[in-house]
Amino acid sequence: MSNRTYVIEVIVENKPLARDPEGETIHHNLIIKGGYNQVTNVRAGKLLRMSVEASSPDQARDLVKRLCDDLRIYNPAAHTCQVRNVG
Amino acid sequence: MSRVAVIQYPGSNCDLDALEVLQKVEKTKAELVWHKDLKADDYDAYVLPGGFSYGDYLRAGAIAATSPSLKIIREAVEQNKPVLGICNGLQILVEAGLLPGAVLRNSGLRFVCTWTRLRVETTRTPFTTLAQKGQTLRIPIAHNEGRYYLDSNEIRELERNAQIVMRYVNEANEPTEDANPNGSIDNIAGICNEKGNVMGLMPHPERASLRVLSPDGRDDGRMIFDSVMRTLNPAGA
Repeated sequence: MSNRTYVIEVIVENKPLARDPEGETIHHNLIIKGGYNQVTNVRAGKLLRMSVEASSPDQARDLVKRLCDDLRIYNPAAHTCQVRNVG
Repeated sequence: MSRVAVIQYPGSNCDLDALEVLQKVEKTKAELVWHKDLKADDYDAYVLPGGFSYGDYLRAGAIAATSPSLKIIREAVEQNKPVLGICNGLQILVEAGLLPGAVLRNSGLRFVCTWTRLRVETTRTPFTTLAQKGQTLRIPIAHNEGRYYLDSNEIRELERNAQIVMRYVNEANEPTEDANPNGSIDNIAGICNEKGNVMGLMPHPERASLRVLSPDGRDDGRMIFDSVMRTLNPAGA
């Protein structure tokens, strides 16, 4: 199968038990204050969007998962890391 | 005479202050070493200074932690040599896995630049041998990412292993929420590895090593450098 470019997103967030003051501030001081009381929680994180050459979406995602662990794109002491295909 | 290397990363900005204290206050042979030029474990101790290595991109310290200098520093750690990380230096050591945990953005979402009170929790490290346990030090902080974090069961392990070296305290020497400038878990300001020869702290002892630089005429930061020198030269040579 020939290679093509896949787009993979990496989302790094604080672990649920690690407080996220940025998310809390956005929630309380913008969203709740703006009247959107239905929103009960906000977590802020970091998004990395990578274009990857691979032979399949799975191969692209696996490569990005591996590099996230190898290069410590997230710190496992404090963060969770999700990797997903978006195109 | 002992040789101490102050490692300079792109974005270090407290390197010259640390060098000045080591050379002029401690009268030791200290050198500034560009991180890519550190080719061998030729020094008796290492200082990773404060600053904003690689612009704090991705996470403070995360990119510098992959510098080849860390390979040499790991060797030095194996040889039981003292390695001190100040502010960004702590962040680099944490990201390199030489110290446990993570350093997150301050809970107040602001850069905090202020003088703090620190309680010395252990004197077992080469950086605190000249301190008394429970002693209070006045040393300033200046950071945006200083909130030390570790899961609570791992914090208990740090406590058991005497790896918590300093805590932020109030005037009564108690680690209260009010005394915590950045939301660090358990008011932690400085930690060490299990052996004790690697210490990282967010406060800047190099900015508190001359009386003229302190608002109350103290030089409490000097104790940390004095302790390292005493460890390297036990006879006072």
